[in-house]
Order: sequence, then C-alpha cells, then structure tokens
Amino acid sequence: MRAFTRGLLGIAGFLVLWELLGRSPLLPAHALPPPSVVFGELVTQLTSPSFISHVVATVLALLIAIVIAIAIAVPSGLVLGSVPAVRHGTRAVIEFLRPIPSVALIPLALVMLGFGPETKITLAVYAALWPILFNTIYALDELDPLLVDTARVFGTGRLGVLFLVALPSALPFVLTGIRLAATTALIVMVSVELMAGSQIGIGYFIMEARSGPGRMDQVLVGTVVAGAIGVLLNNGLERVRRRWVAW
Amino acid sequence: MTKFLQRWTVFAGLVVVWQVLGWLADDPFFPPPSKIVVAAWEWWVLEPANFTGHVVPSVVRLLSGWVIASVIGVSLGLLLGRSDRAMEYANPLLVFLRSIPPPALVPVFLLLFKAGTSMQLATIVFGVVWPVLLNSVDGARSVDVTKVDTSAVFRIPRWQWVLGVVLPAASPKIFAGLRVSLSLSLVLMVISELVGTDNGIGSQLMQAQREFDYTRMWAGIVLLGVLGYGLNTALLAVERRVLAWQPRSRDEQHA
Repeated sequence: MRAFTRGLLGIAGFLVLWELLGRSPLLPAHALPPPSVVFGELVTQLTSPSFISHVVATVLALLIAIVIAIAIAVPSGLVLGSVPAVRHGTRAVIEFLRPIPSVALIPLALVMLGFGPETKITLAVYAALWPILFNTIYALDELDPLLVDTARVFGTGRLGVLFLVALPSALPFVLTGIRLAATTALIVMVSVELMAGSQIGIGYFIMEARSGPGRMDQVLVGTVVAGAIGVLLNNGLERVRRRWVAW
Repeated sequence: MTKFLQRWTVFAGLVVVWQVLGWLADDPFFPPPSKIVVAAWEWWVLEPANFTGHVVPSVVRLLSGWVIASVIGVSLGLLLGRSDRAMEYANPLLVFLRSIPPPALVPVFLLLFKAGTSMQLATIVFGVVWPVLLNSVDGARSVDVTKVDTSAVFRIPRWQWVLGVVLPAASPKIFAGLRVSLSLSLVLMVISELVGTDNGIGSQLMQAQREFDYTRMWAGIVLLGVLGYGLNTALLAVERRVLAWQPRSRDEQHA
C-alpha cells in the first residue's frame, strides 16, 4: 500500500513539474500545454465518438497484428528451436532481416499495400515477430533434457514431446516475448499512422491535430491515450503470465 | 566452420533465388539484388556528397543519441536500483513513460526544439533511454548481498562502491539493455528523419519513394539492414571483451 501511495506521489510530482514548465515563459507559447489543459481536452475527447473510433481502430489493428505475429512466430520458433540444422541454415538470413527497422519498410509497404489498414498491420507484424520468435527459440534451449528423456522413455513420439513437454515449459518465455512484442507493435502502429497517412487511428488523430490547427493539447491527449494502451497491454499480459503459467 | 558454411550458403542461396526471380518477374517494385547493388554504388560511392551529406549525419545522430541515452539511463538506473524507496516513487511513472510511443511526441519536440538535429536527438534519447534505465535498475538490484556486506565492512569510499562493485555486478544486464536500445536508435533515427529534416537516410528513402525510384528505395532498406547488423555485431564484440571475466552465461537478448 505504501508503495502505491509513493507511486501516486511520484506521478503527482511529475504532473506539477510539467504544469510549471508548461506555464513558464521559458518555453515557446503553446508548445507544451500544461496537464490541466490536456486533461480537460482528454475528457472532451473521450466523449467524442470520432476520437473513440480512432482509438478502437488502433487497438483492433494492434490485436490483429499480435495474433498474426503469434501464429507465425511460435510455430517457426518451435521448428527453429528443435531442429538445429534449420536453425544454423537460417541464422544469417534472420540476423540480416531482424535489424531492418520496420519503419524503413514504410515506403515499400505503402507502394505495395496502399494506405489502408493492411500497411500498418503488416509492419506491426514484422516488428512483433522477432521478440516472440527469439523467446520461443531460447525457451526450447532451456528445456530440461530430463523431462524430454522421461517422456521418450514412456514412449512419447517426437511430435508428442514437442507439444506435451516443450511447448508447456516454453510458455512463460513465449508470453514474455508476446509482452515485449505488444509494446513494440504499438509503437510501430502509431508511427505508421502518424507518417503514412492512414485514414484512421490514434496516430492519424495526432497528425491531424498537429498539422491543421496546431492543437498541441490534442497531440498530447493522443500521446497519453497511446501510453495508457501500452500500460494496459503490458500489465494485462504480465498478469496472464503470473496467473496461468506460474509453473 | 560447418555451421559458418551452412549459414552463409543458405543466405547466398536466397540471394541467388531473389536474383533469378527478379530477372524473371521484371517487376519494378522488386528489382534483383544486382541492380540494387549497382544503384547503391552509383548513389553513395560515385557521388560521395550523398554519403557524407546523408549517411554520415544519420549515423552520427544515431550514435550520439544512443550515447546520451546510455549515460542518462545507466546513472539514473544505478541510483534508482540501489534505493527501494526511490524506485517506489518512480516506478509507475517509468512504466507509463516507457509505454508512450516516442514518435507520438515528435510534434511536441518539433515545437520545442525546431526541426533539426536537437529535435532528432530528443526523439532518439526519449525513445531508447527506457531499456537501458530499466535494465540498469534490475542490474543494480541484483548485487550479491555478500558483496554489499563486505563493502560495508571495509567502508570503501562511495564512488568506489558504485564504480567498483555495483557497476560491474550490473554490467551484464546493462549490456542487454544497451543492445536493445541500439537497435531501437536505428528505428527512431529513421522516424525522426522521415519528418524532421531534408538530410539523412530516412529522408532519402522517402524521397526515393516519391520519385518512384524503387531500386534506390531498396538500396536504402538494405543499407539500414547492413547498418543494424554491423552495429549489433560491434557491440557484441565489445560486450565479449568487457564481460570476459563473467562466467559464460547464455543471456542472449530478445528484441
């Protein structure tokens, strides 16, 4: 409980600092609206249907991207983690693909997929793949050989071992990977919306607020909401991991 | 050695497949690697102004942003990590700030710093400081109790305690954070250049796309991949040197 109060105090301190900075003459006017203004705007926006539809669009696209990334990365991770030949063979390719920032692919994706939601979902999937893939592979490396041998002795086949032994013991790692991937995917999603002129989403809302009337308070409302989504996702997935895979 | 061969034959094989497919399809969106290499050569080697005017500033910004973020992250992280109370105050705030997608703050930074290098640095620093900071906190917390007690008994000076005991104990974690933030720096460098300036790899990419020059666009993408690979390899080499005294752990990072 004390930790909780202290945490609140920390946030309150940050808000006071921001309020003072925002009102101080040191900064150019309207560059950094103080929190009192931003929260007023936040309340207004949260009751406006168009803002809600932006938020829903981003969250929906994000969830689709995460599900697709899991569907690709977990099976590939299981294969790469349990067949060493495949792993060594693909290593150079993976090492080369991984550092290509997904935002560098924005121009390419725009040309190929256009300005619809496909573009941002594809790029978010690309960014979310790697943490899940690598965590799955490492989890299989950590697999206790004793468990595998025991299962083999009892006559479990290769596939049986993979699904009944390897996957359950890898699950906590995989979930950590998904948690990391979700945060990364959110960043990519908002960036693509911001830069690639998609027609809906939090990033688009921020872009519009900035370029048209220069409403920095709305820009910060979008930012705060995006941050809140990130916190919710992160804590939610952490809780899932603790509750259901606490072995 | 066979692993090395296995690795690079598959890589080379895929490049060959791409080359053949590119030839056969003759699709302007997917030029074969040979054309991309030629375009890269003409673009950056035959016109050195392009290299010094765009690639070099990008890399300089990336590295300086990363270094600033690392210094802030490590020093703040070690402080917070050694004080449970400070961490209780700061934790919820850190969780929230970390979750903010840094590109969303680009408009704010644009107004505060005007378009240009300082705005780009601000974007990079804000985006990559969190992995270093949080990993440093974790590392500083994991200092062995025996070491803590021993140092207390010998009453070693404060700076020696921080630099000689806490920092080495935290360094494996710190390096993991540094690696994550280095690859993130590359992402944020590109993002900040897509909006903020008219020079840099990111703005060249955008320009190539606008001029429908897809071969150059691919050259830019490949360059970023090579850059990311090179930076990561270099940091790994440094890490192996610096952490040579550590018992081999398989603490490979995922990100």
